Amino acid sequence: MEKDTWHLLSQYTHARIAMGRAGTSLPTHEILRFKMAHSLAKDAIQSEVDTSALTEALHAMEIHTIAVKSQVTDRNDYLRHPNKGRVLDLRSKKDIEASPRNKTDLCIIVADGLSANAVNLHVIPLLKSLLPQIKDLTLSPVVIAKYSRVALSDAIGELLNARMALILIGERPGLSSPNSMGAYLTYQPATGNTDEKRNCVSNIHPEGLGYEAAAAKLSYLLHQMLIRQISGVHLKDDHRDTHLI
Amino acid sequence: MYKHTVNHTVFVFTSLAELMAKASPLRSGDQLAGLSAHSYQERVAAQMALADLSLRTFIEEPLIPYETDEVTRLIFDTHDAENFQRISHLTVGDFRNYLLENSTQKAALTAIQKAITPEMAAAVSKIMNIQDLILVSSKCEVVTRFRNTIGLKGHLSTRLQPNHPTDDMKGILASVVDGIYNGSGDAVIGINPATDNVATQIRLLNMLEDVRVRCLLPTQSCVLSHITNTILAIEQGAPVDLVFQSIGGTEKTNSSFGINLALIKEGYEAALSLGRGSIGNNVMYFETGQGSSLSANAHHGIDQQTLEARAYAVARAFDPLLVNTVVGFIGPEYLFDSKQIIRAGLEDHFCGKIMGLPMGCDVCYTNHAEADQDDMDILLTLLGTAGCNFIMGVPGADDIMLNYQSTSFHDALYARQLLGLRPAPEFEEWLLKMGIMNPQLQIVHSDASQKLMKMITS
Repeated sequence: MEKDTWHLLSQYTHARIAMGRAGTSLPTHEILRFKMAHSLAKDAIQSEVDTSALTEALHAMEIHTIAVKSQVTDRNDYLRHPNKGRVLDLRSKKDIEASPRNKTDLCIIVADGLSANAVNLHVIPLLKSLLPQIKDLTLSPVVIAKYSRVALSDAIGELLNARMALILIGERPGLSSPNSMGAYLTYQPATGNTDEKRNCVSNIHPEGLGYEAAAAKLSYLLHQMLIRQISGVHLKDDHRDTHLI
Repeated sequence: MYKHTVNHTVFVFTSLAELMAKASPLRSGDQLAGLSAHSYQERVAAQMALADLSLRTFIEEPLIPYETDEVTRLIFDTHDAENFQRISHLTVGDFRNYLLENSTQKAALTAIQKAITPEMAAAVSKIMNIQDLILVSSKCEVVTRFRNTIGLKGHLSTRLQPNHPTDDMKGILASVVDGIYNGSGDAVIGINPATDNVATQIRLLNMLEDVRVRCLLPTQSCVLSHITNTILAIEQGAPVDLVFQSIGGTEKTNSSFGINLALIKEGYEAALSLGRGSIGNNVMYFETGQGSSLSANAHHGIDQQTLEARAYAVARAFDPLLVNTVVGFIGPEYLFDSKQIIRAGLEDHFCGKIMGLPMGCDVCYTNHAEADQDDMDILLTLLGTAGCNFIMGVPGADDIMLNYQSTSFHDALYARQLLGLRPAPEFEEWLLKMGIMNPQLQIVHSDASQKLMKMITS
């Protein structure tokens, strides 16, 4: 096996460089390291939202919760039919309709997306940073959604009479970030909204955009949305990226 | 209306679009769109009906009306009617036989490139097995030039893809050096920027230009931004070699990308005006992929493979240096698993090649598709035998910005070694001179190769 003489370049990137060669192929330990990273991503996709743990933690923070599901029947169906993941199943719709639906500023939705592990890990710490910054906003119960796509937040926010929807959702896992969470914000959630009406804060995890920085950005965007009564491409994210400094 | 009878069962297809879609090998994207055959029998019946269809049908019956779609207008207005005489008497089934004939070789295939409309290419691909797609592709040769020669028979080039999640200059440069040391980058050194920002694009272009000039590197660079950004960068004096754009097979798809044919022409002419190519003037780099039209809600009831071939008609109008089908990037709702990804990659390469395009392939998958690196090895090896012009070179096959897996520098070395394929001649000469590669095409790290490191880090 031949080692590469330019390892010092590895300090500048976490890309897989200077890995050496066995003949022209990758050395054994690099092949196995790659496979382990891939297996973490594959397992993340199959992971499930730990609804009971999340509910318990949210109740301890004195937050009401509702558990719902989209029209998707299983993980395979979820991957094949994105549209079904954007619509509530009948029972979930009834459950929401039976809950208090007085007009609020914000409804927060916790969704599995493509990595339930991500929300299992990051939702509670993020909310602990975020909630103190949005005390001035009235909140609907937090909705925990299974087999959910981003647009399910429109259906939920609409039913709950919330002026804004914030969905925290597991992002498509990459090899270097299998448990990354995204946040999508919509002013006046309504079925049929398209992506240009949303603002997105992505890459939320301790090695990416940390909880404090993400919470500050979300709080900024939520308050801007209320003042300007818009969201999406016309609402620029002018908040200073302190995490990058 | 089209019909086919098998054992007293009559299969009816109400339109050419329906016949094409139902003849298409199984795709999750066509299922999602509600276009695919409802049974195995129906699919083969559609293929049989399609095989009996005259190639002239595609000239008589546009899939999307001429009046409503500028891609259709482009296809019809640029059709090579003279050379179409050579094949106009054939049915789709005969056309497959003709392509496979021993007497049909490079010269004959080159002569009919512009007589083949995307729909003809797509139709014949639907009745071809994987070995047919590979064999016919391998008889084609599409050569393009800017600072080196890409696509010669017996050569396999790579796009060096050194992406970084925050466009960090040193991080990108580190991946560039790693790639060059592994013999990668002869198709292009091409960065997908993380931010949609002209100032960043110009900084990245200047950095790549600096490396190229210092090392006398016989290749070209590209920052894969939206064409409007690249036009702005050109106006601001940035060293733009290639103009990049993602394209689709319908006017509506392209409009969802924020482009149209006039805008592409503007970018093409802007790049040509710079005259930066030393041995050729192929200045465009296009990316495509099955499923983009459905994703943009712009498919007109046409299957994703046929629409992909129509995107090649768009590419063909601008003499590109590189056309890259990013086959597995779109996700499992369009190409569910490795079986679908592998076949799609070979279809795209075939359709592009017989239409005269310099086809490369991003052999790739996302983590929510049913595929892994073994499947990429299979597709890579098959494309190598099919004569693919170029593949991607991503450090360790793991793109840390786009979060998907492609092929690595090592994968390209494997394919070159296994199949006896060489880099672009000018680039090979440079690698030998720099002491990075030996005449047996093995990577060596001679003392001479350290020169490069010194040049870059100084």
